[in-house]
Amino acid sequence: MKRSRLIQIGMGIAPLLLALLFTTLILMVMGASPLRAYGLLVSGAFGRAAKVADVVAASVVLVLAGVGVSITFTAGQWNVGIEGQIILGAIFATFVARNVPWPQVPLLTLMLLAGAAGGAVWAVLAALLKVFGQVHEIFGGLGLNYLAQGLAIWLIFNPWRPEDGATMSGTDPFPDPAWMPRLGQYRVAPLAVVLALVTMGVVYFLLRGTRWGLELKAMGKNPRSAFMLGVPSTQRLLTAFAACGALAGLAGAIRASARYGRMVPEISGGQGYLALLIALLASYQPQWVPAIAFFFAAVGVGSPQLELKMQLDSSLGGVLQGSIVLAVLLVAGWRGVFSRRLLRKQRAGEEV
Amino acid sequence: MDTDFLIQSLSSIVAASTPLILASIGETISEKGGVINLSLDGSLALSAMAGFAVAFTTGSVILGFAAAMTIAALVALLIAFASITLRQEQVAVGFVLTMLCADLADFLGNPFVRQPGPSVPHWPIPILSDVPVLGPVLFDHNPIVYVSMLSVVVVWWWIYKTQPGLKLQGVGERPESAFARGVNVNRQRYLYTVIGGALVGLAGASYSLSIKLGWSHRHTAGIGWIALAIVIFGGWNPWRVMAGSYLFGLLKTLGSVLQRNPAFANVPTQIFSSAPFALMIFALLLISSEGVDRLLTLLPKQLARRIDRAIRGRPPAGLGKPFVQK
Repeated sequence: MKRSRLIQIGMGIAPLLLALLFTTLILMVMGASPLRAYGLLVSGAFGRAAKVADVVAASVVLVLAGVGVSITFTAGQWNVGIEGQIILGAIFATFVARNVPWPQVPLLTLMLLAGAAGGAVWAVLAALLKVFGQVHEIFGGLGLNYLAQGLAIWLIFNPWRPEDGATMSGTDPFPDPAWMPRLGQYRVAPLAVVLALVTMGVVYFLLRGTRWGLELKAMGKNPRSAFMLGVPSTQRLLTAFAACGALAGLAGAIRASARYGRMVPEISGGQGYLALLIALLASYQPQWVPAIAFFFAAVGVGSPQLELKMQLDSSLGGVLQGSIVLAVLLVAGWRGVFSRRLLRKQRAGEEV
Repeated sequence: MDTDFLIQSLSSIVAASTPLILASIGETISEKGGVINLSLDGSLALSAMAGFAVAFTTGSVILGFAAAMTIAALVALLIAFASITLRQEQVAVGFVLTMLCADLADFLGNPFVRQPGPSVPHWPIPILSDVPVLGPVLFDHNPIVYVSMLSVVVVWWWIYKTQPGLKLQGVGERPESAFARGVNVNRQRYLYTVIGGALVGLAGASYSLSIKLGWSHRHTAGIGWIALAIVIFGGWNPWRVMAGSYLFGLLKTLGSVLQRNPAFANVPTQIFSSAPFALMIFALLLISSEGVDRLLTLLPKQLARRIDRAIRGRPPAGLGKPFVQK
């Protein structure tokens, strides 16, 4: 009993150790001190209160997006288009911020709703391409990501060009009411944190406790038999994509309103792709997303320090994140092989 | 129109399509055997970086190519191992590796960013390059361009005209019957995934050592995804995959010609940079959607059938599915 518990814990830690070993090797190849690099990662993420606030703010976006793709993953869909859905959310929210002269509360509400709508539209587009055009969602989604990025840059360089013309830093800042209120001087919006956690709870309930969630699960596990059982697959697929897109769009609106207070070219900057990795690690369970998102956000906030202090590229953070997910997949696969072998041995023993 | 200009443009299309052809032909081989190597965009970037870095450090272009092929073959081996032996989802492993390889390329390639370095020397084929029109278009390039053309012929011949190629098709289409006939399905899948990966590595190195010299952040700009789409567009047939690559190269060159034309000065550059991906979606839509079926019914039956056969391709029946050997 005790031994199996130990093995379980070991299996949980093994992927992390494997990933750390790999990143350490990579650092040594570059002739950099691994200890110093890891130290910088930690101090870069938690060294000051302002940094911790940044980590929390970054996790909010990852939680929303990660919970969103958990929905589409549950339905067996690879919503790689989430990156573009975040961008569209930011674009829609920016449009509202620039054109609607309302006071703060109604304006922010409208911005968030518009963001969710923008993300949902872009997601449904990918879903329609899949359902009616037989274009696999990975290709449809990726294509739409590049189109969204192009659209964002075009908007910033043309109709939304700032007065001083310095377009790389984005549009002019939003008017004051369009900024989501922050916690004192820190760059984190408490409202956004609450929103992300509530969303996580709602999606957890929807996937577990409703017919809709059950049907999505059936589609993900076996689309053929789900169809036979009378699950309206097309409609469920569209709603799953729309829900995920809405959450991604919300994340985009929050990034524009709380983090930058404007629209910038790198408004998503790969957050959508990270969310896919997070959902994979969480095995599509919304309740695991926040903790993993927090860890990923810390790595993301800490890694630019490597660039500033060690002249290394900040993509080391991505290497660490990617190798953890890869190691988890490999260890899980290895456990499968191991247990199958054990089962075979047991059976052979019984026959004798 | 000016003939010299036309010949020059065609020649540059042939050269510029090289990495696309090599990568999509490599992917075609793996997928013919039943394994999707989704990591293309990442392994292409990583091998482009590795190829340039090794060629830059050693001064040998050949070593650069060797390193690039080894790296991409190793990534492919990892996909084969994870999906065949460990039975993990091919797409999941491939997607994670796409991200991981792209970040690795950025991290390890940092010291080589925007360094001028070696490139594949120009080597016109004697006699053939003097043939009017065809000579300068097809035979006045560097060796890697010829390798890309050869890869199409060799891979087509191997798949459709040889005994081992027949085996490969069986492994991808009906693994159960191939296995019943004594074929070691999973060993074959390993083999062709790795070979396909090596070709992807060749594509990566051809990018950084011949087409877009050197290394920079996001150097390969999404070309791996385009290559994956071209395999589908080409219906898993090497000739059509090649045609798709050239068609794509043609449209891309056309785009950059238009962009330089003063009449299009007001068209935002983002339209041109996003166009390849709009094109990708459109091409996939064209070959797979039911709308085309409806259009085809309007045509005479014989013609419709011929067009259908020309533009459609069916994926290998066993694509992406694990096979359990007992």
